[in-house]
Amino acid sequence: MSTRAFGSRVNRNIDSRLLRGQGAYVDDIPLPGALHVAFVRSPFARARITRIDTAEAEACPGVAAVYTCDTIGHLDIEMPLLIPHGSMDNPRTQRPLARDDVYYVGQTVAMVVATDRYTAEDAALLVDVDYEPLEVETDIEKAVEDGAPLVHPTNPNNVAAHFVQVSGDPQSAYGEAEHVTRIRVQVDRSTAAPMECRAVAARYDRVTGELTVWDGTQAPISVRGGLASIFRIDEDKVRVIAPDVGGGFGQKVLLFYPDELLVPMAAMKLGRPVKYIEDRRENFIGSSQERTQIHFIELHAKKSGEIVALKDFFLHDTGAFIPYGIAVAQVASTSIAGPYRIRNIEVEFKAVYTPTVPVTPYRGCGRPQACFAIERAMDQLADDLGLDRFEVRRRNLVRDDEFPFHREGLLFADGLRVSLDSGQYLKALAMVEEALDPASFAAEQEEARRAGKHLGLGLAFYVEGTGLGPYEGGHIKIHPITGKVYVNTGLTTQGQGHDTVFAQIVADELGCAVEDVIMVEGDTKAFDWGVATFASRAAVVSGNAIYKTAKIVRDKTITAAANMLEAEASDIELRDGAAWIAGTDRKVPLAAIATATNPLRYAFNEAAQAATQFAPASRHDGPPLDDGQHPGLEATDYFSPECATWSYGVHGAIVEVDPATCQVRIRKYICIHDCGNMINPTIVEGQVMGGIAQGLGGALYERVEYDEDGNPSNANFVDFLMPYATEMPNVEILHLETPSPLNPLGVKGVGEAGCIAVGATVASGVEDALRPLGGGPFRHTPITPSMIHQAFETA
Amino acid sequence: MKPPLFDYASPETIADAVSALSSNPGAMVLAGGQSLVPAMNFRLASPSVLVDLQRIPGLDTISIDDGVIRVGAMVRHRDLELDDAVNAVHPLIREVMAHVAHVPIRNRGTVVGSLCHADAAAEMPLLLVLTDGAVKAVGPKGERIIAARDLFQFHMTTTRDADEIVTEAHFPVPGTGAGLAFDEFARRHGDYAIAAIGALIEKNGDGTVSRAALAACGIGDRPTRLAASEAALTGTRLDDADLEAAVRAARDEITAPDDMHATNAYRKHLTGALIKRVVAAAAARAK
Repeated sequence: MSTRAFGSRVNRNIDSRLLRGQGAYVDDIPLPGALHVAFVRSPFARARITRIDTAEAEACPGVAAVYTCDTIGHLDIEMPLLIPHGSMDNPRTQRPLARDDVYYVGQTVAMVVATDRYTAEDAALLVDVDYEPLEVETDIEKAVEDGAPLVHPTNPNNVAAHFVQVSGDPQSAYGEAEHVTRIRVQVDRSTAAPMECRAVAARYDRVTGELTVWDGTQAPISVRGGLASIFRIDEDKVRVIAPDVGGGFGQKVLLFYPDELLVPMAAMKLGRPVKYIEDRRENFIGSSQERTQIHFIELHAKKSGEIVALKDFFLHDTGAFIPYGIAVAQVASTSIAGPYRIRNIEVEFKAVYTPTVPVTPYRGCGRPQACFAIERAMDQLADDLGLDRFEVRRRNLVRDDEFPFHREGLLFADGLRVSLDSGQYLKALAMVEEALDPASFAAEQEEARRAGKHLGLGLAFYVEGTGLGPYEGGHIKIHPITGKVYVNTGLTTQGQGHDTVFAQIVADELGCAVEDVIMVEGDTKAFDWGVATFASRAAVVSGNAIYKTAKIVRDKTITAAANMLEAEASDIELRDGAAWIAGTDRKVPLAAIATATNPLRYAFNEAAQAATQFAPASRHDGPPLDDGQHPGLEATDYFSPECATWSYGVHGAIVEVDPATCQVRIRKYICIHDCGNMINPTIVEGQVMGGIAQGLGGALYERVEYDEDGNPSNANFVDFLMPYATEMPNVEILHLETPSPLNPLGVKGVGEAGCIAVGATVASGVEDALRPLGGGPFRHTPITPSMIHQAFETA
Repeated sequence: MKPPLFDYASPETIADAVSALSSNPGAMVLAGGQSLVPAMNFRLASPSVLVDLQRIPGLDTISIDDGVIRVGAMVRHRDLELDDAVNAVHPLIREVMAHVAHVPIRNRGTVVGSLCHADAAAEMPLLLVLTDGAVKAVGPKGERIIAARDLFQFHMTTTRDADEIVTEAHFPVPGTGAGLAFDEFARRHGDYAIAAIGALIEKNGDGTVSRAALAACGIGDRPTRLAASEAALTGTRLDDADLEAAVRAARDEITAPDDMHATNAYRKHLTGALIKRVVAAAAARAK
């Protein structure tokens, strides 16, 4: 293969299968005789359970079992705290089935297992639970006040965590400021709403003692480790498979959801396969959500616009429990200074319990909120000082010669210091400025205004720490019969296109076609060292692990081929699925090399017969395998990043606000994006576009609504307004490629990038559109027509 | 989201269908299922028997005679939308249909089903009210015609008796000189309207309005005619002040309380903007 696959717009390997409906998701796994699960869920946001009577449900024909906290034995525990941190006081996690108290509408109280889901749901309605409802407070600003009803009596003022981080010497810097911009911003709760809801199925083999779990999770290896320890069996007796998974966005990386423990338990107890397929309503009331934060941010600046210090205090809604630790708030707090050369930072947050669905990372993980706070504040600073919005950013962006730019004292979610490793921030800003052409836009805006139209220019910059450790691995084996290259890694894919980008990396090293590289992910029997898919880390961590592994296999292949062709290794080149002596037509196919490197081979196939035409693959005396030599063309290696690598980008938009309907129309949307070296620009753009669609949801449409009693009131796709394709504007994506110095491929993560800056960009544009009328400001997303109407009214 | 147990009846005559309804308290009629089946899955509806109209011959026909478009109970939205003969005499139907959910839903959902479901924000009930249409209901005591103004009582409630089946909807063909227009605003394309307005304007030879009909949905507990606004427009030349008067006259009709999609104040503003826009569009089409 003469052209490099890395960097090419290679079509996604999986699309033909997924688009034809040939994917195999958990619910598609054939499990004859499987039983089905339905849960009894709390109808109260906060209540004491005084009695549970399961007799009538158990008597229902077709019901195999009804479990409550009293009948699940050693699983009646508070589930694991994934990431402990000293800032948390009494970190509370959920029990698989509620004991004594319930903490949010949707919490699992009892589990019914029956011959089919219809019967299970009928029986679940017959489980009789008596509740004593308790007082609730869902507003996080009120929840931290004295006297507010407590979610957990263990946590006064509902404070789950309190953390302060300081970089530089903000106290002294405040004194140097000539101006302070202070604003309050708010981002409301949303949810990932993956196309496939969560799903778990399990089968226990009494003969082998092996438990097999199909789980639509982003973290099968971690799920296996957790199941093995909680069930007290060896890891090798638990196999966790994440088959095709229809989107994750962070929601599928929590360990554990109740069903992930209870379904395997039921399969083991009942001796039959058991399946739980979450429905859409359950996804809205039972699976993690994110986003609610309220920031009070201050920019302390010189009259020139130079920011000398940043102070931020924010409240973070963690829902009823804090199973993922402070990850979301910590990412927000360490991303708060964005791309700016701010050397003095004081950032403090309180994570607050509310009687609502627990909060864990959802694509963006605190970054959209931090971006919204700093970027809305940057616009206000420009306004306060009479500066242009591009100019105030230009004066504060980290310059190219200042990388790596460290934020001493701020520890990112990986526990390591924030270090912006590389970038061309000023160039990115210049690109968006050129694309939006603010000078001629100002004239257009003025003209439109005279015609009764309100146009605005929106702008927001963002950074994204990506590629968190600790590590991932790669395993590569060239198959002797077909010459196809099998690659494993510890991740799992939810449709991102791992199988294509990883194949591109391998294809370049081994000189084979991209489609001849077969990725196997998400099966602990195939590869069981690794972490999970989250934090925009797949390309960075697994990508580099696979790259390192491919280099080893490449060396082995060249050595063996040189022996077989009786040539110097330095003369061997790998291309077109074969090893060639450079400048000649003499070659040996990869399949033949893979065959020849196995001392025990049978001449059953063409590759084996072909191999016999060549000299031996190994030149040594003694037994067939030399000391330290392994059969075949196979290797395993790992990559462990020293710290996160920071992607960045800038979004710009021209919006129109219709005074009649109070609707925001996006007339133009520009995204400048830099994730280091791109393995596949098409896949990068797909990730960015998907992120922008989710970001637009958060900017204008999506809000998970709870009434004052804590009842979710829009737990469906009629009232939770996820944008349709009809709501998506055209988006122009322009790339920069500044390699990361932190890994051999020079790549940075892209998974979360798209969503981060959309809310800030749209708000910036709407504010610009209505400023001449005196309407605004816009510091709260989603921006609804009612909010715009209010702004027109008060203008 | 699985429905509770229900029985299923598949009658082949209207008489059998009516008998299945009247002999089973709690029985419900199934046509396209686009509203009822999700409601059953959410367990918001628990019919004892589903009486499926699909196998009754003749319910899927559209006819135009005596100035009335008759739409059978099993006519899908999409069939009415794409019917060229209908479009030739009543082009507003096709325009309105573009706002009714999405093509896959219109392919299955029925026009009569939408009328009987009577969502207070749905477009087809508005259209029936705007044009003084009617439905034909068949029950144990025989058949009767229910005028649109008498049909819609409340959100998702009509004056159809539980043992009656609406077999036809009657959409009168507008007069030749009439100008009709419709517009709505929903936060996402295809959703139920936050507010929608339909207008029918007829003019005298001197350009003044001889007849104005205005209907709205989304603004209260049922689709409604804006009688005071109609009166404010009749006899005028639709100057800005006349349109403003029509908007003011509609304000008290906008009774929907603040909800998650719109405040009442915003709904009032939006309805006013739509009235102006739609009346102007209808007037431009009037001959």
